[in-house]
Amino acid sequence: MSTGLRSRILQLLPTILLVSILVFGLQQLMPGDPALVLAGEERGDAQVLAQIRAELWLDRSLPVQYLHWIGGVLHGDLGFSWRIRQPVAQLILQKLPVTAQLAGMAFVIALCIGVPMGILSAVFRNRPLDYVANFVGLAGLSTPNFWLGIMLILLVSVHLGWLPPSGYVPLTENWRQSLATTIMPAFVLGNAIAAILMRHTRSAMLTALDQDYVRTARAKGLRENRVVLRHAFRNALVPVVTLGALELGTLLSGAVLTEQVFSIPGFGKLVVDAVFNRDYPVVQGVVLVTAALYILLNLLADVLYTVINPKLRNA
Amino acid sequence: MSATVPAAVAAAYAPQSPGRLALRRFRARPAAVLGAAIITIFVLAAVLAPFVAPFDPIATSWTLIRKAPSAAHWMGTDENGRDVLSRVIFGARASLMAGVVSVLIAAGVGVPVGLAAGFLGGVTDMVVGRLVDAMLACPFLILAIALAAFLGPDLTNAMIAIGITATPVFVRVARGATMDAATNDYVEAARALGNPAWRVMLRHVAPNIVPPVLVQATLAIATAIIAEASLSFLGLGQQPPAPSWGSMLNSAQRFLSQAPWLAIFPGAAIFLAVLAFNLVGDGLRDALDPRRR
Repeated sequence: MSTGLRSRILQLLPTILLVSILVFGLQQLMPGDPALVLAGEERGDAQVLAQIRAELWLDRSLPVQYLHWIGGVLHGDLGFSWRIRQPVAQLILQKLPVTAQLAGMAFVIALCIGVPMGILSAVFRNRPLDYVANFVGLAGLSTPNFWLGIMLILLVSVHLGWLPPSGYVPLTENWRQSLATTIMPAFVLGNAIAAILMRHTRSAMLTALDQDYVRTARAKGLRENRVVLRHAFRNALVPVVTLGALELGTLLSGAVLTEQVFSIPGFGKLVVDAVFNRDYPVVQGVVLVTAALYILLNLLADVLYTVINPKLRNA
Repeated sequence: MSATVPAAVAAAYAPQSPGRLALRRFRARPAAVLGAAIITIFVLAAVLAPFVAPFDPIATSWTLIRKAPSAAHWMGTDENGRDVLSRVIFGARASLMAGVVSVLIAAGVGVPVGLAAGFLGGVTDMVVGRLVDAMLACPFLILAIALAAFLGPDLTNAMIAIGITATPVFVRVARGATMDAATNDYVEAARALGNPAWRVMLRHVAPNIVPPVLVQATLAIATAIIAEASLSFLGLGQQPPAPSWGSMLNSAQRFLSQAPWLAIFPGAAIFLAVLAFNLVGDGLRDALDPRRR
């Protein structure tokens, strides 16, 4: 492992520590006493309240509460759902594959739309095609994905009757049904990422097309297609892939509303249901896990960048 | 000498203030001007809502339930017989206010912190940097939802939640611009003249961070409008019966096959408002930084 990577990992530790304090702090924002929420109808019973407070360590000082909580987290214990009466970690593990399928499909769709659009836009820079691509990209960024979802349901499910408007079938059960239920939400999720990827691709391609090796390739008499795809695009791909990996946050944020619109029982639906049921340990667990995933992916993107780019390999 | 130079030529070569120059470059972009025009229309609609809305946005009518768009009700009526156009017009208030207020919160906290971190460096910068990393690691909407959920559902809390979530981006932008500006010779000169640090920071460095912060603020309003609509869609923002585009879309979902207009118009309003701020933000960026492509 290179020293650069090692220092990068060491740098992440305080960030992770701060994320955990932030997530723990969320609970302190809540008006009122969590024990009252938990006690439900027995909220008048002082003994029940005292028992709940003792169970959740709510009767200790904040630093002690934090240490107790983070100690559990380090052992894979994210707490216990107040409503579903299941460990939060287990709930998240159950829902994660659903969202992962959605996110994976969305990313593929985004790559298929965003990258070619970015290349065309750079090649035809400042020409009508570039303006159209830019406008389409900006429109994609400006469309709230829950509205796009509702509009797609209206068109594809209600009017055309081609796809089911909601529901989810796992891949392992029936892959055709699974694709039929996830293709629309995946498109909705991919749409925003496609716009971002298009912008990254365009600017990376513009930089690459200005380089000496592209001029050399043209001077050799290579066909323009080959110059663009083999010489410029291969080099532009590096920043596109690594920056694309960082869009996980956008994907997960988008999944919250998209899963709500299409009634898909994933990660996003878990948060929304938890918010409505005032199931705060689940909300905390989800924020913590998504942040940890993001930090991990960030690191992975760095590693990937070093691996793909030979110039950085021995740095 | 000046008498021999034609007035038009003299005017063309006259030194222009950076602000005026930027304004001229901004005006040369039709997309940005279109965005500014759309924003103006939305702002006017929001401010003059009681005068321009044809009906009371919360007055229900049992005889007008889910009527399709017509000459009397241009955007139709909703499940309680309320006029959709009037609700869209009044909804602009919640959306624009949420966009502007949450960005004011984010910039109000983020810019001074970023300025201090970039200018002072050292331990301050390190602590601020890690804190920003930590906040940015949480997906934007998930953090905003969590904050809004813990604070309790209403529009003010939604604005606070979105404002807090958007703060780290402003810290980062202000910090970067400050570090960039602090290397200028005139900053060095101001220091050498014996100006106290706070004076150098506020008088000589701070004005330089205005352009990037302005661009960021415009784009952040777009993000904040979508975030407010999302929170209201989930029931965590503006509470009924007060109209908001997000909550209108939420109730529209139940009547999608019978009354599609309920879903089309509020969504189109969000789309147009967000697009307008994005167009202006992009235009401002190109106008304020001519080096960008």
